[in-house]
Amino acid sequence: MMDITQNYFEFLALPVTYQLDLQALSERSRELQKTLHPDRFSHLSDRERRLSVQYTAYLNEAVSTLKNPLSRAQYLLKLEGFDTFSESQRQLDPMFLMQQMELRESLAEISATSDPAAELDALRATVEQEQASLREQFDKYYQQSTPSSFEAAAVCVRKMQFFDKLGREIEALEDQLFDE
Amino acid sequence: MALLQIAEPGQSPEPHKRKLAVGIDLGTTNSLVAAVRSGESTTLPDEGGSHLLPSVVRYTEQGVVVGQAALSKASVDPFNTIVSVKRLMGRGVDDLKGLEGEAVYRFTEHEGGMPYLQTVAGDKSPVEVSAEILRTLKARARASLEGELEGAVITVPAYFDDAQRQATKDAAQLAGIKVLRLLNEPTAAAVAYGLDKAAEGVIAVYDLGGGTFDISILRLNKGVFEVLATGGDSALGGDDFDLALAGWFLEQLGGKEVVAGESRYLTEKARWVKEKLTDNPAVTVDLDHAGQKISLDVSRTLFDDLVEPLVSKTIRACRRTLKDAGVAIGEVQDVVMVGGSTRVPAVRSRVESFFERAPRIDIDPDRVVAVGAAIQADVLAGNKPDSEMLLLDVLPLSLGLETMGGLAEKVIHRNTSIPVARAQEFTTYQDGQTAMMIHVVQGERELVDDCRSLAQFVLRGIPPMAAGAAKIRVAFQVDADGLLGVSAKELSTGVESEIQVKPSYGLDDNEIAEMLKASYSFAEDDMALRNLREQQVEADRLLVSLEQAMLTDGEQLLTPEEEEHLREQMAILQALRNGSDASAIEQGVSVLSQASDFFAARRMDQSIKNALKGHSIQEIEGES
Repeated sequence: MMDITQNYFEFLALPVTYQLDLQALSERSRELQKTLHPDRFSHLSDRERRLSVQYTAYLNEAVSTLKNPLSRAQYLLKLEGFDTFSESQRQLDPMFLMQQMELRESLAEISATSDPAAELDALRATVEQEQASLREQFDKYYQQSTPSSFEAAAVCVRKMQFFDKLGREIEALEDQLFDE
Repeated sequence: MALLQIAEPGQSPEPHKRKLAVGIDLGTTNSLVAAVRSGESTTLPDEGGSHLLPSVVRYTEQGVVVGQAALSKASVDPFNTIVSVKRLMGRGVDDLKGLEGEAVYRFTEHEGGMPYLQTVAGDKSPVEVSAEILRTLKARARASLEGELEGAVITVPAYFDDAQRQATKDAAQLAGIKVLRLLNEPTAAAVAYGLDKAAEGVIAVYDLGGGTFDISILRLNKGVFEVLATGGDSALGGDDFDLALAGWFLEQLGGKEVVAGESRYLTEKARWVKEKLTDNPAVTVDLDHAGQKISLDVSRTLFDDLVEPLVSKTIRACRRTLKDAGVAIGEVQDVVMVGGSTRVPAVRSRVESFFERAPRIDIDPDRVVAVGAAIQADVLAGNKPDSEMLLLDVLPLSLGLETMGGLAEKVIHRNTSIPVARAQEFTTYQDGQTAMMIHVVQGERELVDDCRSLAQFVLRGIPPMAAGAAKIRVAFQVDADGLLGVSAKELSTGVESEIQVKPSYGLDDNEIAEMLKASYSFAEDDMALRNLREQQVEADRLLVSLEQAMLTDGEQLLTPEEEEHLREQMAILQALRNGSDASAIEQGVSVLSQASDFFAARRMDQSIKNALKGHSIQEIEGES
């Protein structure tokens, strides 16, 4: 019997890899939605409808976790026994933290600059570049697939979390600056 | 060519009867009902030939009047004539203070903070008022379709929160309508357009009604309508345009205080001017107000200036929603206009310049939502088993819990695909704490006070432990209608507490039952008969679906013993169903449901495997 606690990749019949084919992910998701969605059971019994809500909720969770590069990395690590979803602050190297502080300072000063839009775009580009390189590093360590390389991959994830948060703050500032 | 009626084995022996299902657009200003007839979805007119039912309810000593007749008395009998009741749905007394210039009613605060409107027929909740509108539409549908309704798809603004959705569903229940689905208005509009044109790609639906604004970004693909993001304002619409203009009238009149009937007089005049300005560059209006008679010239430019802040607000929401959807303006292939207020030229031109393309207006913006809802109702009633159409929606506003210091911690973020289930763990913050208050809120703001309070309940019986030692797991489940259920559990002991979230300002089930009883004009016997009929329908539904399931999958998924056992159980329910004991049937349905649960689960697994057939992992790896 299919167990909805089975891993997301198996559930979607996708290979367990970080370099996920996003096109395949959304196609697979659509095919399963067509089978599982509660609207397919609207004229059937309550039981079947409830079951379908559970399955669809699981499907939606699987898709949203795998779609996002950060949560996909976290999920892969979790499958290997490294839980970065619920861990509290871990030590990161001082160089990295210093860089984060500098980036944050420049974010805080943007609204006072002469061309906030351009500054914001520049900062966003920096963040995106860093994120791309962290993803590459993560994939390399993940593929080595040794206990110490998984540790190194977990460090990448923690760094990604910083940049992810910074990215959201950039978006929030943009809304604030240009929405009014 | 004559088509042969081929009945599938196991289905009801009578020739396949088409089930009657309608789509209902319960609007702020007007409401409509539509149905699919001869393969085409059309709105249904009343006996006088008009399709739009003004969403106005007037209470008199002689009874209730709904629609145009009620509307015509709106300014002479303002307290008993309820207009735009949709703006009050799921709202608390405190929220209404924000509706300046509109709070013409006399409210009574009832238990739980829900506002009731004082009328000559007694205090009426917004839910009851909406139910009157739904009853009128239901009667219209019965008359033109000649038969009993299987159910309805009722549309709500995509931006409606849980309290507003629940209130809408309660109103339907009160009106005796089975809700097949609460469907978001922009999604319904997309269906009406998408099916006609067999569109593929990304579309934006800009929906500005009388009292609400929604913007939704959808991706259409092979019959699947996937909402990527939605945004808006559930208290911004054409009514606000009228108010802005009425405010200007008042200024010209010297800015005197107004009383209820007069303010309605001015907003009605304002609406008339607004509508005229759609086709004319300027309009002259005569006002007879508080003994003053004046004539005013209103140009479109003046009007545009007055509503500019409101239109800008909608454009900001569009920008934010595109961002949430992760879609660039250039990727949007079509912009669909919905709602009567999109007739305002200033709205059209701002939307056109923002999206860099002319918006689509080929389907009447007043009717498009009802038309789309009817198409979905037809599918959900089971009339189109081969339909590929599927509507996937998102949660419009984040759901969260109150944590220390009055902060809202988000558990499910906005624009998450629904249905969704998610849990979060919390802990106690005092030594020996044995109870925990769970406060569920909805909204994007950091502070609980700035969010909508949906429900509060207390989890009791937590064993005394040191602060931070208890682990309390709060689980949220949102169904396809966008309605929330919450349960909480202390993990070390298993102490559990579960509620179907009823909005803080909502009606509880007893209140609904009471109102239902009160609304029946017929005798007790009829109630009992109705109940029996409902249980029989439920039993038939289960028996037919099981029979069908056994025919297709029984051999493959059931052992002979299991099949025999199920057959026995089905025979028992069939016998009960043919009797006249409603509660015995109800129990029989629950017994058979449980007995067949494993089979339903096996079938579900089977269909997942079938859906993914040909996608073995090796093959996929081979491709790349």
